[in-house]
Amino acid sequence: MKYMMFVCTDTEPETDESRVPDIDVWVAENDAAGRRLDGNVLAPPTAATTVRVRGGEVLLTDGPFTETKEVIVGYDILECADLDEAIAVAAAHPMAHGGRVELRPYADL
Amino acid sequence: MDAVAVAHQEHWGRLVATLIRVTGDWTLAEDCAQDALATALERWPRDGVPENPGGWLMTVARNRALDVLRRAAVEDRKLREMAMIETPAPRDDRLRLIFTCCHPALALEARVALTLRTVAGVSTSDIARAFLVTEATMTRRLTRAKSKIAAARIPYRVPEGDALDERLPGVLAVLYLLFNRGYDGEPRLADEAIRLARLLGTLMPTESEVTSLLALFLLQHSRRHARRDTAGDLVPLDRQDRDCWDRAAIAEAVQILQRTPVEGPYALQARIAACHATAVTPGDTDWRSIALWYDELARVQPTPVIALNRAVAHGYAFGAGRGLELLEHTRDIRDAYPMVIAVEADLTARAGDLERAKDLFREAAATTGDGPERRALLARAAEL
Repeated sequence: MKYMMFVCTDTEPETDESRVPDIDVWVAENDAAGRRLDGNVLAPPTAATTVRVRGGEVLLTDGPFTETKEVIVGYDILECADLDEAIAVAAAHPMAHGGRVELRPYADL
Repeated sequence: MDAVAVAHQEHWGRLVATLIRVTGDWTLAEDCAQDALATALERWPRDGVPENPGGWLMTVARNRALDVLRRAAVEDRKLREMAMIETPAPRDDRLRLIFTCCHPALALEARVALTLRTVAGVSTSDIARAFLVTEATMTRRLTRAKSKIAAARIPYRVPEGDALDERLPGVLAVLYLLFNRGYDGEPRLADEAIRLARLLGTLMPTESEVTSLLALFLLQHSRRHARRDTAGDLVPLDRQDRDCWDRAAIAEAVQILQRTPVEGPYALQARIAACHATAVTPGDTDWRSIALWYDELARVQPTPVIALNRAVAHGYAFGAGRGLELLEHTRDIRDAYPMVIAVEADLTARAGDLERAKDLFREAAATTGDGPERRALLARAAEL
């Protein structure tokens, strides 16, 4: 089962930094186990461009599609047996502590 | 109760649990269990109740599922697996079902509804009525939960090791919420919570918090006929007619607690409830034991409400002065809970400072909505 993991900031992060795991260890472990298929850090929302096509015309907006305090700063694509495994992988990511992580399963079409 | 109703209560969870394991389809499982019971309703009065009702129902439900799957041309493996189920589910299937229904990735209200529908077999319309929503809303809630289980692949599994320790409290919290909803006015839910706690106790006999929770439910439930007066107002514990308490339920709970170690908050709450339930008169209450259990409970669950109850217990056990001392820990909730002021008033009166107590009773009355509670507080002020 593939899950898209959106890595986001949060306005109330964990304050005790000693509890936050290391990102390099997380990547190395999950790559080695075949659970992380891809992933990257994204440029800030100020670099985002939102694209719509309406009536045949391409409409561009500077910025992300929603304006919130929390922003998506990265993503990972996971291959896990089930949601419990994906939750364990997500909970070990530093941004689950310093921010928040959304797990979205691929649609089964 | 007729044979089909009994069978429904006894076998629903097993039927659904097994059909879900084999087909992976929650809706199909429910539909087939429902069909089997409908068939029983038609046949049993005519042909007699079969010797093994559970096995009979499973066979009918399985055949129905096979028909549906064949028509949907599902791969052979699943069909072969289906054909193999002859008897009701092994116990594990129901345990799997409970843990999946109570998975923390589902919203709490969805967990409660799903547990009632799939494990306990309560109809969607009855659940909707108990939670004061329309049947359409409840159907949507259940459908959404089932879709999420499938789409996000929430596993159909009992967690093991550390994961079990993490997840079990969440399951118990669902039962606790269900029981409280029942206690506050929908008796059917309290009965279901007790049935589910019994089932869970059978499935996990070594988990002390499960059996403790069952004991706690039985003790609370034993007062169901004494908790309200004829006007429907709540009657405080010390003024309840103890002859109306359910002695059999109390005896069962006490017996459970005798063989259950104290390993968590439900064990402590149950022991406190047992101290109250076994006192012949309010004056016989073993407040010293209660105070000591509250000391433990306040360590495990340092919440303001527990701190308040601890102060009350210590006030009875070791004198009003000790109670007032402990009441200091509840400063934060004074504004939110008028009860705190009422407790302070009572302890102050018993400590002998009548003037201050009178003021405090009036203050407590002023922050309480018009009703019997407020009248009682004003009466106390007038007595002093």
